[in-house]
Amino acid sequence: MKKQLLLVLLALIPVVGYCAEGGIHLEQANIDSGNIQSLQRGARLFVNYCLSCHSASLMRYERMGKDLDIPEKLVEQDLMFTGGRVGDLMTVAMYPEDAKEWFGTVPPDLSVIARARGVDWLYTYLHSFYRDDTKITGVNNLAFPDVGMPNVLWELQGMQEPVITTSMDHDGKETKSVSLKLVKPGLMSPKEFDRAVRDLVNFLDYMGEPAKHERESLGVKVIMFLLVLLVVAYLMKREFWKDVH
Amino acid sequence: MAGNATEKWQGGLLGWIDARFPLSSMWNDHLAKYYAPKNFNFWYFFGSLALLVLVMQILTGVWLTMNYKPDATLAFNSVEYIMRDVNWGWLIRYMHSTGASAFFIVVYLHMFRGLMYGSFKKPRELIWIFGMIIYVCLMAEAFMGYLLPWGQMSYWGAQVIINLFGAIPGIGESIAVWIRGDYVVADATLNRFFAFHVVAVPIVLLALVVLHLLALHEVGSNNPDGIEIKKTKGPDGNPLDGIPFHPYYTVKDIVGVIVFLIFFSVVVFFMPEMGGYFLESNNFIPADPLKTPQHIAPLWYFTPFYAILRAVPSMYGSSFPGVLAMALSIVLLFFLPWLDRGAVKSIRYRGTMYKGWLAAFVVSFVILGWLGMEPPSALYTLIARICTAIYFAFFLFMPFFTRMDRTKPVPDRVTS
Repeated sequence: MKKQLLLVLLALIPVVGYCAEGGIHLEQANIDSGNIQSLQRGARLFVNYCLSCHSASLMRYERMGKDLDIPEKLVEQDLMFTGGRVGDLMTVAMYPEDAKEWFGTVPPDLSVIARARGVDWLYTYLHSFYRDDTKITGVNNLAFPDVGMPNVLWELQGMQEPVITTSMDHDGKETKSVSLKLVKPGLMSPKEFDRAVRDLVNFLDYMGEPAKHERESLGVKVIMFLLVLLVVAYLMKREFWKDVH
Repeated sequence: MAGNATEKWQGGLLGWIDARFPLSSMWNDHLAKYYAPKNFNFWYFFGSLALLVLVMQILTGVWLTMNYKPDATLAFNSVEYIMRDVNWGWLIRYMHSTGASAFFIVVYLHMFRGLMYGSFKKPRELIWIFGMIIYVCLMAEAFMGYLLPWGQMSYWGAQVIINLFGAIPGIGESIAVWIRGDYVVADATLNRFFAFHVVAVPIVLLALVVLHLLALHEVGSNNPDGIEIKKTKGPDGNPLDGIPFHPYYTVKDIVGVIVFLIFFSVVVFFMPEMGGYFLESNNFIPADPLKTPQHIAPLWYFTPFYAILRAVPSMYGSSFPGVLAMALSIVLLFFLPWLDRGAVKSIRYRGTMYKGWLAAFVVSFVILGWLGMEPPSALYTLIARICTAIYFAFFLFMPFFTRMDRTKPVPDRVTS
């Protein structure tokens, strides 16, 4: 019902997509923001792999626990490694000056990264690390060339290497395309890793706008109410206008 | 004197007030006995809708101000604080950000109505001019409001627009510094824009809306036939083709308001970013004076004028001609009542020339709006130049084509 309503309403308003920067083809993240389990797994990945360098300083642990059905006790035990109180913001202990020295740049805050970059970009980015021995981190990224971030998920994903294929089009123009090939398997199979990245991106998307779920469910009610009100208002208008000729 | 006051004392609270304040007569003059033409169509909803959006922007704005911090180090986070930690903050913020775009949609349709039915023509020149000043204030209001979230687009958009003043020969750079209060867009700029956005401009806007309505109610509303209904009055002295605004148009406008709110809610609740047109993705990155985004475009409601700016080539290494053309494209609109020499008001009785020119004008305006969002290319610049030429030709040739146009006879009474 909700989906059908959405489809009808979407058709009423022309929506034009916008392109992300860079020429790379973006994979579809296909996240399911209603899937609480996926969000919970994403939260676990986030605090384990991201939160040591990246902050999410606009997000509170408490809010995350409430929205994702994680009991407060469990949040404190399993998701808060640095102590503190459950009402705290998800900050990092790393000093910006240190970060700059170690990575060449301060890792950006991830609170609203999904809204700035888009989920498809994040999903593609996290898949696109490959081995590059010329870099200090030992890796480079197709979606974000020369990125300062190491491939923190490498033990899960394994190591990829680039494969360059050259193809000729009808005009005889050579085009080079780069694809990545898994050369050393990680702890997860590619399918499991896809799911893990999807969960993580799903969580980042949730964090970008924690009120999204509430927004959409309230929206259905508001529009239903307005539709009923419209009928009443129209009948009132018709009654008043009967004597206008 | 005392006897006069006693006569007015008709009892009740209303009588008491009426003896001291013209409440009943104001109610009658502007609503219950304000006679509006009975043939208003779809296009006549947008005036009342503009008023609705104005009130909504003021109310949501007041509540946003309760938690927003106009400080370069705090602004970005305070907006996200509103989105997360303030009860209903996300709704108030989305209503405000969507309301800004909705305001321009409604106002553009309202202005187009004026162009179609000749609502700017004598005796309504002042209504049009007040309306145009409202439009210019609205642009200032929207531009300064967009800096407040202090994201990358806020910052660089403001930087680009303020730099336009820098293109004025000689004094330009000092004017730009004077506007910013600094050599770049900075905390000082944010503070003064906040002051203008929440205090100065809204006061001016409200005053202008009052003037706009007073002028309208003095001469009476135009209608799709462009006929003066005051010319044909019945024995009771009221226009035969008029009906009291209240209750007839109040109940009709309520229907319009609800339909508008349905569309508005679809955006607020299901697509508040509107695919990047209402809230740009780059604006979720905090302002960084050291990182220029690859592609800076103003929000959609400014893009037709931005495209005109870019379409005009630089002369002697100065972009001033473009800035001048952009300013002129807005100034010309003020002169419409005197540029139009046509004998009839409504498009229904105009000839093919006005219809053709108006269509060309609207199409080129829309194309310019689209081009203003796109990165420039050789082809786009060419199209932008053609559309800019059509835009200006519409005003330039208007005194001629409106006079030469073969108009149809206008009926004495409104048609249904």
